[in-house]
Amino acid sequence: MNSAQMVLMVAAVLFALGLVGVLTRKNVIFMLISVEIMLNAAGMAFVAAGAKWQQPDGQIMFLFILAMAAAEVSVGLALVLQIYHQHKTMDVDRLRELRD
Amino acid sequence: MVITRFHPVHALLYLAVSFFSSSMVFLSLGAPFVAALEIIVYAGAIIVLFIFVVMMLNLGRETAQQEKEWLKPKVWVIPAALVLLLLIEMIILLFSEDKQVMQIAVVEPRKLALSLYGEYIIAVELTGFLLMAGIVGAAHIGKHKKTELHRFLQNGHTDKEKTTYTRKTETVTTEQTAIHE
Repeated sequence: MNSAQMVLMVAAVLFALGLVGVLTRKNVIFMLISVEIMLNAAGMAFVAAGAKWQQPDGQIMFLFILAMAAAEVSVGLALVLQIYHQHKTMDVDRLRELRD
Repeated sequence: MVITRFHPVHALLYLAVSFFSSSMVFLSLGAPFVAALEIIVYAGAIIVLFIFVVMMLNLGRETAQQEKEWLKPKVWVIPAALVLLLLIEMIILLFSEDKQVMQIAVVEPRKLALSLYGEYIIAVELTGFLLMAGIVGAAHIGKHKKTELHRFLQNGHTDKEKTTYTRKTETVTTEQTAIHE
């Protein structure tokens, strides 16, 4: 087993942790943090694959994932601020205005 | 450790530790540029963004208590067991085979930059569009919206008409008084 496979397994564990975090927490901020963990795990898998084949494409994909995560977290945190100002809560179960 | 904390700041600290460790993983994979970017962007920018939002929301002890009530042991015991199973599996796989030295093949930043601005130039520009849209969207969502009604709906339509009529009569009377004088 070479190093790329080990790093792929670490990325899989990180992704599973982030998925558990998204599924179990009710606070919106913690869900955003878990999404960040999952994106980090996906980028780590890309870098591991790029290191296995000795190509820079994996790192370029990691750069794109990085930029996408930055944009996502900025918009998400703005939404969190707006939700808290309008509803005074962070619980996703209480935010049921869109339910018919 | 990140997803089991009750307080947001503790979770953010563990998240920073996680980013540092994954940065070390990148460094051992032979990607020093990506490792530096991980520390700068994730641990530098995104953590600071989260900390600003936590500070602005001013989440206190009640929120931690609320989360503690939501995370009773019967809720998180099964996912924790699954994650422990994954961890034990990984440890067994790591120690079952003979250890070999990690071969390090460094992908240089020069190669990365040449490829980034050579064949991926369209993707770079699209990423710029995405970041621009993110900035504009965050600035638009984040500003405080006041409920601004149309000017006819503010006082009711009849009141508006009444005020205009009274204004007309007032102007007429002032003109008449001017003529008389």
